[in-house]
Amino acid sequence: MSAVDVVPRLRPGVKRSYDEVRRCHVVLFPEGVLVLNETAAAVVGLCDGRNSVRDIAARLAAEFDGVRVADVVELVGRLAERRVVELRG
Amino acid sequence: MAEPPFGLLAELTHRCPLSCGYCSNPVELVRREAELGTARWCEVFDQARALGVLQVHLSGGEPLARGDLPELVEHAAGLGCYVNLVTSGLGLTARRLADLAARGVDHVQLSVQDARPGEADLIAGARAFDHKLAAAGLVRELGLPLTVNAVLHRLNLDRVDGIIALAERMGAQRLELANTQYYGWALRNRAALLPRPDQLARAAEVVAAARERLAGRMELVHVVADYHEAHPKPCMHGWGARQLTVAPDGDVLPCPAAGVIPDLGVENVRDRPLADIWHHSRAFNAFRGFDWMREPCRGCPRKELDFGGCRCQAFQLTGDAANTDPVCSLSPHRAEVDRVLALEPEPAAPVRRGFGR
Ligand SMILES: C[S@@+](CC[C@H](N)C(=O)[O-])C[C@H]1O[C@@H](n2cnc3c(N)ncnc32)[C@H](O)[C@@H]1O
Ligand code: SF4
Ligand code: SF4
Repeated sequence: MSAVDVVPRLRPGVKRSYDEVRRCHVVLFPEGVLVLNETAAAVVGLCDGRNSVRDIAARLAAEFDGVRVADVVELVGRLAERRVVELRG
Repeated sequence: MAEPPFGLLAELTHRCPLSCGYCSNPVELVRREAELGTARWCEVFDQARALGVLQVHLSGGEPLARGDLPELVEHAAGLGCYVNLVTSGLGLTARRLADLAARGVDHVQLSVQDARPGEADLIAGARAFDHKLAAAGLVRELGLPLTVNAVLHRLNLDRVDGIIALAERMGAQRLELANTQYYGWALRNRAALLPRPDQLARAAEVVAAARERLAGRMELVHVVADYHEAHPKPCMHGWGARQLTVAPDGDVLPCPAAGVIPDLGVENVRDRPLADIWHHSRAFNAFRGFDWMREPCRGCPRKELDFGGCRCQAFQLTGDAANTDPVCSLSPHRAEVDRVLALEPEPAAPVRRGFGR
């Protein structure tokens, strides 16, 4: 199966939030905190266990300029490495 | 100015129904009469959130020993903080946990002492094992994520496979296998706790195999025994960099052990706002960044990775907190660590951590 068909989902215990102090989106999880830029925040928001990476890239392309599928693949990979999302086929 | 902290370790109390000889709590425990009250803790959480804290670890001692724990959880969660309950599991009932979860506990970290009831209860100093199994069941029933934490030492290291199996049985998402860090009561009991190199080597093999077997099911975090390593741990990711600790009496510390360093200039939440303490106190600036470093750290490329190791360990083993962490092979004080490692193992049982209840 190809990386764009993977369906990411937030792991149990992971929460999305907005930090009024730093003025940015964050994800909170048992091991720590991840500060997100705008694109990353949008990606995390779409990791709902239904959208595939391909779907997420398409949704983002409608919202932001210059979104490349490869960038979304890489970002989702990093989120999985930090144990923020889990990946399903 | 320093970056704001992400995490607050709130040591709500030093009281505890257990008396683990490996406990990292300070030998001088804070008495109940000196603990901060409910309103004061809520203020600490307000100030911490305003400063940038997003993660609150409610720990101790045993946080469940505080009757106002539900209010404290609700307050911290209400501020938008991620609330982690760090507990021995004693005192956790279905009703209490359901209430805590409803008020906003996001994650539970449960400690276990050993793989089998007899040995575990001997270390804990109380009949604790069965309570922990029950507590894990309650956490799972509520659907809360569970981390199991086991502190490893000479007396349980040979059963690390059993401890892994126990965490699986408990339904943990994550297992922290933390070799004992020698602070507080653990430092006092070091001679009874220090593992043998052959034990560490075998445990490392068991952990590596288990990690492969459990991939995708349970995450295994292995905290190594730093005395046996060539380089120190990146203690706290740097002094005053990411986290702060508030002790039961309101003392604000860069790490839970820092109270041992004399003349640090530790300040208290009763006297000064948390943000001022974080940014401007002598204690928090003493070892921030790299300017305080001496050789060999000052000119060492690894300083960005390990920040020169642990200041408390440097003080405890060399008498000066500004020295390189003596576990480092480049430290002129490494011989002290090697001397300790070469000592005959202490056959006596560790002394119990101080007062309970
Ligand atoms: C000091 S305890 C307080 C909370 C609660 N009483 C408990 O034991 O879970 C906080 C965490 O530190 C761990 N711990 C205690 N002493 C330690 C040591 N010397 N080295 C490493 N971890 C330690 C415990 O297992 C627990 O996960
Ligand atoms: S004695 Fe054991 S249970 Fe109590 S605070 Fe220390 S580590 Fe936790
Ligand atoms: S000399 Fe200092 S910075 Fe270099 S490895 Fe040792 S502790 Fe780390």
